[in-house]
Amino acid sequence: MSVSLSDSDRQMLDGRRGEGAKMAMSILVRMAEVYEAEELMDVSQAHIDGCGLMSEAGLEFAEALASKGARVAVPTTLNMGPLDLQNWREFGIPEEFAAGAIRQAAAYERMGCVPTWTCAPYQGYLTPRFGQQIAWGESNAILYANSVLGARTNRYGDYIDICAAITGRVPKCGLHLDENRKGQILLRLVDVEEEYWNEDGSHAALGHLIGPLAEDKVAVLDGMPPHVSDDQLKALCAAAASSGAVALLHIVGVTPEAKTLEEAFRGNTPRRVVELTRADLAAALADLSTASEGDPLDLVVLGCPHFSFSEFSQLAELLNGQSAEAFDPRVEFVVISGRASFSLVQRSEIMQVLNAWGVRVTLDTCPFHTPMVGPNVKVLMTNSGKCAYYAPGELGVRVAFGSMADCVRSAVEGRVCRKEL
Amino acid sequence: MRKHLNGRPIVRGRAEGIAMVSRQPLGFWGGYSPTSGQIIDQRHERCGEFAAGKVFVFPRGKGSSTGSAILLQSIKAGCAPAAIINSNTDPILALGSIVADELYGKSVPIVVLGEEAFSTIEEGDRLTVDENGQVQVDRPGCK
Repeated sequence: MSVSLSDSDRQMLDGRRGEGAKMAMSILVRMAEVYEAEELMDVSQAHIDGCGLMSEAGLEFAEALASKGARVAVPTTLNMGPLDLQNWREFGIPEEFAAGAIRQAAAYERMGCVPTWTCAPYQGYLTPRFGQQIAWGESNAILYANSVLGARTNRYGDYIDICAAITGRVPKCGLHLDENRKGQILLRLVDVEEEYWNEDGSHAALGHLIGPLAEDKVAVLDGMPPHVSDDQLKALCAAAASSGAVALLHIVGVTPEAKTLEEAFRGNTPRRVVELTRADLAAALADLSTASEGDPLDLVVLGCPHFSFSEFSQLAELLNGQSAEAFDPRVEFVVISGRASFSLVQRSEIMQVLNAWGVRVTLDTCPFHTPMVGPNVKVLMTNSGKCAYYAPGELGVRVAFGSMADCVRSAVEGRVCRKEL
Repeated sequence: MRKHLNGRPIVRGRAEGIAMVSRQPLGFWGGYSPTSGQIIDQRHERCGEFAAGKVFVFPRGKGSSTGSAILLQSIKAGCAPAAIINSNTDPILALGSIVADELYGKSVPIVVLGEEAFSTIEEGDRLTVDENGQVQVDRPGCK
């Protein structure tokens, strides 16, 4: 065995810290060999993605760890899961599916995970700090943590994330290390007018464009105005991590360790320079839709990643601004969110607006992991680049990408209608 | 004809089967059915075909990290490939197989071959993978 272990690692591997920790450490050490890491290192926080998919084996894995007495060693949050744990009955979820999902959730909570159940863990409880070493799952959150917060994580998949949480250790390699965080590819925005970035949808389009260009390299984005909201950065990261495998994007002037272009590259010469134009952004935007203008609309999904309080506020404002008083009756309007954000909404006047319009709010989960989109749904509209990317393949629908305002207006009209962007 | 190729054992184990060869990467989430072993990614050249029980030879995994969950479930369900041979190391697939080994005591051996050796394997070859990452290739009809 080539991985060098600390005394504490060895105690876990030998089973002296319980059978659960032994299994977690054994998986970590074997993965360290795959990564060709020489040793393990500490992390001080984890976010679990492996709690998201409902499968028999995933459930058995979680229950095996929990019943062997495994407990998380560092503060650990949970990604969205396969079920709205409180309101699943309202969404017509089969009993058998729900029973499995409830058992899986219980196993993760028994191991000491915080029941955040959200794919936007950076907008809620336990937001990591600059430079903090963490083990995060969920592609959009990984990219956001590295690029916006300046925390340090590799792309941790199902089920190494919980092993890292239980042991507090990860293979020492990749983006945890300074030398691997230098920029490798330069993406330069040219001739994009400043006003463009005020349009809802522009950051998702940019993310969708960046994903394939960045490959699995550390990309540097130059030329985006630095006054950008958390929600816009969320949209950018989610879209880029769907169309690509990027885990760190230095956004010059935004990323804490990339205040300047020089700092982003730290002596590296870009191995590739790509210019991104307004026409490229327009093409990326068009590529996010498979449905056409005027198509009858069945379902609107907002909140991929999970809706924040400020996005709820924006939605309420848009709804209040409509001359109509209701959506077209054929359209269902769903917002996906986490408990933390929604608990703020419930204590505000936004709630009355949502109720008056019959907006359905689903918590803890998303349409890709819980069976809530029926076969009658043919056309889905969203303002999320990530949702638009996965919906045709995963949900078998045609998808229309548009701004939040477009989504609201289309739901009122009962058909896809978008402002030119 | 018989030859031996030396690779890196990513997940150690012994297996044999008929080669199913693709030159395209495959993401297992949305690409592989864990209940049938069928390729289901509609953009993939082998979509609709079954890799269960075969030695699945393709350059690398891609896409979602949920791929490890899909491989784990397919191993449990008996619908996984007999072995996987790649030309690039994919930690996501390795993880699925390692977790299956820890949980069920069964795994899919994964071997990574250099580009040149990788490209010599043909559809229909009978492959035997051993614990050290050596791949024995038997090609029917050739001396």
